[in-house]
Amino acid sequence: MNGILEIILSVLVLIGALLVLLGSIGLVKLPDFYTRLHAPTKATTLGLGCLLIASMIIHTAANGSLSVHELLITVFLFITAPITAHMLAKSALHLELDIAKGTTNRCPEDVVKKSV
Amino acid sequence: MLTNALYIAFGLVALALALNMVSILRGPSLPDRILGLDTLYINSIALILLYGMLELTSIHFEASLLIAMLGFVGTAALCKYLLRGDIIE
Amino acid sequence: MSRMSLTYWFPMPIHSIVIFAVWLLLNNSAVPGHILLALLFAIAIPKICYPLQSDQPRVHKPLKIFRYFSILIWDIVIANLRVARLIISPNAKLRPAFIAVPLDIEGALPITLLASTISLTPGTVSADVSEDQHWLYVHVLDMDDEQALIKEIKTRYEAPLMEIFEC
Repeated sequence: MNGILEIILSVLVLIGALLVLLGSIGLVKLPDFYTRLHAPTKATTLGLGCLLIASMIIHTAANGSLSVHELLITVFLFITAPITAHMLAKSALHLELDIAKGTTNRCPEDVVKKSV
Repeated sequence: MLTNALYIAFGLVALALALNMVSILRGPSLPDRILGLDTLYINSIALILLYGMLELTSIHFEASLLIAMLGFVGTAALCKYLLRGDIIE
Repeated sequence: MSRMSLTYWFPMPIHSIVIFAVWLLLNNSAVPGHILLALLFAIAIPKICYPLQSDQPRVHKPLKIFRYFSILIWDIVIANLRVARLIISPNAKLRPAFIAVPLDIEGALPITLLASTISLTPGTVSADVSEDQHWLYVHVLDMDDEQALIKEIKTRYEAPLMEIFEC
């Protein structure tokens, strides 16, 4: 494997792992459920996307033949992540979870209950 | 260089998994725990991929695909349970 | 429907293409045997499943789909980096909000696509759709200007989708 490719791959792997970690940090750190929901749906999905692209390039370079089946996982995750987020948000609204202080609320009362 | 990057990435993802465990145990509500579980399985896919890159095999591909699919179905079923109190009506 | 026509063999053309591509990707090869098998599945599965399909609005401009998705991928990368920066900044700086976006788009499939797009892009997660399907309730992580955000969603994502489905 030549030098430039190796640097690009290392950067991709590190960025991917960092984004995955950031998503999990957000999950622990953010104040309420609705803000926590943002971290995994965005940061983690993109981080995994980076890792999958790196994996595709590494396997293609190592085997000498095109290896693209990681694309399937990428596409599958990009399709399912918003659906999971939507269902979780719906069930959180259904259970009337607490909303963080200072949240602007422009939704009708029967959808989003008053914040504390 | 790539090997070192992979080892660092292993550390970062392992830390992420530990943080997910914290959010599952801490809660405080059920959707929070489900969200933690959801992130946990996505991060485990990342771990499997990193291992595949280190060993240069793609025999773990099916495993990660299965985790992705079953994890999604599991999360959807748990949400359905919270919404309706029932999974199959 | 004649036996020679293309719609007889491929009643759901997009599904056929997807099945064909997914089979080759799953096996990670393009040898003649797998291509033949993929072709068989691409013809047989839609033929069996065709009667089960519920009516969805037709795609009128298939070429616009590629433009939409290339814009979308770029936006996802940018939005994710923005959210990543917000996550490491202190909690007190966040300005979370619930907003209601009026929908001009109609039909289950276009609304689902729009809601998924919104969840993947600019720091927003779609939370619910109103009963009459005229409003989309969205949670924003860090809201700067409500009207500007609604306008951005409508012009950048809803307008191209309406063009694709012509509804």
